[in-house]
Amino acid sequence: MNPILLRVDAVTKRFGGFVALSDVSLTVRSGERLGIIGPNGSGKTTLINCICGALASDGGSIGFDGIDVTRLAAHRRARLGIARSFQVPRPFSSMTLAENIAVPLEYVAHRRSLHRADVSTEARAILAQMGLADRADASTATLTQVDLRKLELARALAARPRLLILDEVMAGLSPVEVDEMLGIVLDLSRQGVTIVMIEHIMRAIMRFSERVVCLDAGRIMAEGTPAQIVQDPEVQRIYLGD
Amino acid sequence: MGRWTTFIVVAVAVLVAALLLARIVPNEYFFFASYVVLQFIVLATAWNILGGYAGYVNFGSGAFFAAGAYTAVALIKAFAAPLMIQLAAAALVTGLMGFAIGAMTLRLRGIFFSIATVAVAVICETVVFNWGFVGGARGATVLQPPAPALFASYARMLFVVMTLLAVLAVALARYVEISWIGRGLRAIRDNEEAAESAGVPTLKLKLFAATASGALMGIAGAPFPLYMSFIEPTSAFSLNYAVSALAMPIIGGTASWAGPVIGAVLLGSVQQVVTVTLSSEINVLVLGVLLVAFVVAAPEGILGLARKLSAKARVR
Amino acid sequence: MSFELLGEAIIAGVLLGCFYAAVSVGLSVAFGLLDVPQIAHPAFLVLGAYGAYYLGGFGLDPLLAGVALTPVFFLAGLAVYRFYHATFESRGTDAGLRGLAFFFGVAFIVEVALILSFGVDQRMVEAAYIGKSVSLGDVRLPMRMLVAFGVALVLTAGLSLYLSSTFTGRAIKAVAQDQTALALMGADPVRIKQWAFGIATGTCALAGALLIIVAPVEPGLGRLYIGRTFCVAVLAGLGSMPGTLAAGIILGVAESIVLTSFGASWAPAVAFGLLLLVLAIRPAGLFGR
Repeated sequence: MNPILLRVDAVTKRFGGFVALSDVSLTVRSGERLGIIGPNGSGKTTLINCICGALASDGGSIGFDGIDVTRLAAHRRARLGIARSFQVPRPFSSMTLAENIAVPLEYVAHRRSLHRADVSTEARAILAQMGLADRADASTATLTQVDLRKLELARALAARPRLLILDEVMAGLSPVEVDEMLGIVLDLSRQGVTIVMIEHIMRAIMRFSERVVCLDAGRIMAEGTPAQIVQDPEVQRIYLGD
Repeated sequence: MGRWTTFIVVAVAVLVAALLLARIVPNEYFFFASYVVLQFIVLATAWNILGGYAGYVNFGSGAFFAAGAYTAVALIKAFAAPLMIQLAAAALVTGLMGFAIGAMTLRLRGIFFSIATVAVAVICETVVFNWGFVGGARGATVLQPPAPALFASYARMLFVVMTLLAVLAVALARYVEISWIGRGLRAIRDNEEAAESAGVPTLKLKLFAATASGALMGIAGAPFPLYMSFIEPTSAFSLNYAVSALAMPIIGGTASWAGPVIGAVLLGSVQQVVTVTLSSEINVLVLGVLLVAFVVAAPEGILGLARKLSAKARVR
Repeated sequence: MSFELLGEAIIAGVLLGCFYAAVSVGLSVAFGLLDVPQIAHPAFLVLGAYGAYYLGGFGLDPLLAGVALTPVFFLAGLAVYRFYHATFESRGTDAGLRGLAFFFGVAFIVEVALILSFGVDQRMVEAAYIGKSVSLGDVRLPMRMLVAFGVALVLTAGLSLYLSSTFTGRAIKAVAQDQTALALMGADPVRIKQWAFGIATGTCALAGALLIIVAPVEPGLGRLYIGRTFCVAVLAGLGSMPGTLAAGIILGVAESIVLTSFGASWAPAVAFGLLLLVLAIRPAGLFGR
């Protein structure tokens, strides 16, 4: 079996009196495809924020590739190889698409060449992977929702991540667009990137994941293969009611 | 280095022109007015490094300017320090000020940084008012040393020095802007959380911008006491510097190093005229009104307007 | 410092602190609840003070002048917020810097306009309660401070009650926490925020009158009060009315003690220093979320 890449150990996160995450533990092995499901407000995005360093956890620890990253700043975790997309796309709106890609290239992959041309070429190559190469010099304001999400993904990829976390990257997309995105993500997995995907779209989760974790009210309620999860009584209760 | 050749050529040309003017022009007022405009170029450029590029608004630029001036005065009084030392010391002091304020507030929302700059401005002014060594409320006179060989007067030499400082400030701003540093700052300004997750060390970059900005403002202020031969707190800490440092880049255009220069030259010149013909209060009022007008109607400043006009012209 | 002197400083500080709370409630609403970078709030206070001064020229008592001007300031607040929202809030990214620069410009224009209209000299008002003192045991308390104290309590208590008991008030608190939920309930978040900002600006009329009752004013006073009002608003825990009162008292007592120990020239630095301390240690404030 592949070595463990990400270890989340008894992580807790509170906002004032509200407990968003309670004693959450999970592991992700190198190359694995993990899906995370759960109703709104169950703590999925909070979990991602804690893993990536956008939020500091109140308890527990997070290990990445054997290194304890619990107190590490987000940009340092990015440099270690954790990349994420945001639930609501956050493009750098004053920059062109190519410049958006240049940021992680320069700051994570360290392509700080004196020759602007090198960074630009590489940025365009990454955009081409997403089918956005023709709009490399356009402003982000001209992009559709799908394209914004592709840009999010491209930006995460530019950081050459070992672990890629996707936060509802398919939300609001049409079935055709969902399939397109799914294809891209599966392709990335084949290239060796470990991927954690948070999604509401069951079809995508089932087709994508090797293993699925179900979160509710800040706790992990169920864990297993897609087939097991669908049959799990807890999951059924959460999604379908008693 | 290809992107810098044109700039270096122009910079050298400007310096040569300054030296020539210092020898040829008979009218002393020309040097006074130009010195003021050059000073504003440095101040506006400095402000923009943190304000335009990173999005953090300094309301207390006057304090940094005055701190630079008063550091120079203190050194002159203490051991008749030469100009170079004054400039270096001023940069150190105000750079540290920028760093300290940044360290305290740049982790928080932008408005707290801005309020902290007002705080520092008030505290600085209070300290200087009570500091007898540099003259306190009454002010201090500063004797201009004899002018070095090439120059007819010390004032003319300071004019050339300020030209050099302006060129250096603009060069620094340009470097920051077109380099990966500038892109990181823009990423922070656009979306700080996304920048962090894209590997940008947001706090470090913001601190760098705050320190560089502060240091440049101090350098702008350091030659001031020598130039005026006199310094007192009310004019040194004048609100005009705080508003100008902010208004000039916003009106000129914050996206690029050219904006603060345009703003400084235009507004600096207009200010000279208005202050003399109308009053200094009206001057400041006009500045405030222009600031609000541009912030509301032309957020990208004169540079932005020019770009839109040329885009329209090209379409036709 | 003797115990007696300390006691007097504390009492004076409590009175002063309640006054600081009164001038800061508007900011607690505008900045604390609505998240507007209202750096022009102190400038509006000074404007209110000069309004009381101007009406005082016709013989009107400053408190009455403050009350009379409240609807004017309220309407002005509605207009300002509408403009601010349309120009900045609805536009996204760069709005932060520009919104801040906008209010700074407004504050600045107000200050200069006051200089041009009234000059830089200090102005004061006269009233029956200004200049007299009241004895409370061994301590002499200036009557004007007691008046300010009383008005401040009424103002803060009134606002606190309004926000917790009336429908609009609760809507204002709700909109601070979750705009979408409010919209889904059928209320228009923008109009509620506009109303709240109107109230916040309206308080500047009466609070401004208190300003000139407590001490003479001059146009540059606004800059000093940026420190005091933001210190109180932040220390309170953004948006908390009882917090504003508590924070005001803390600042008032701190300033009073520094004034007694080190003299008047250092007292203004207390507010800024306290603000920086709060930001460093507990940015959420006393009662903050």
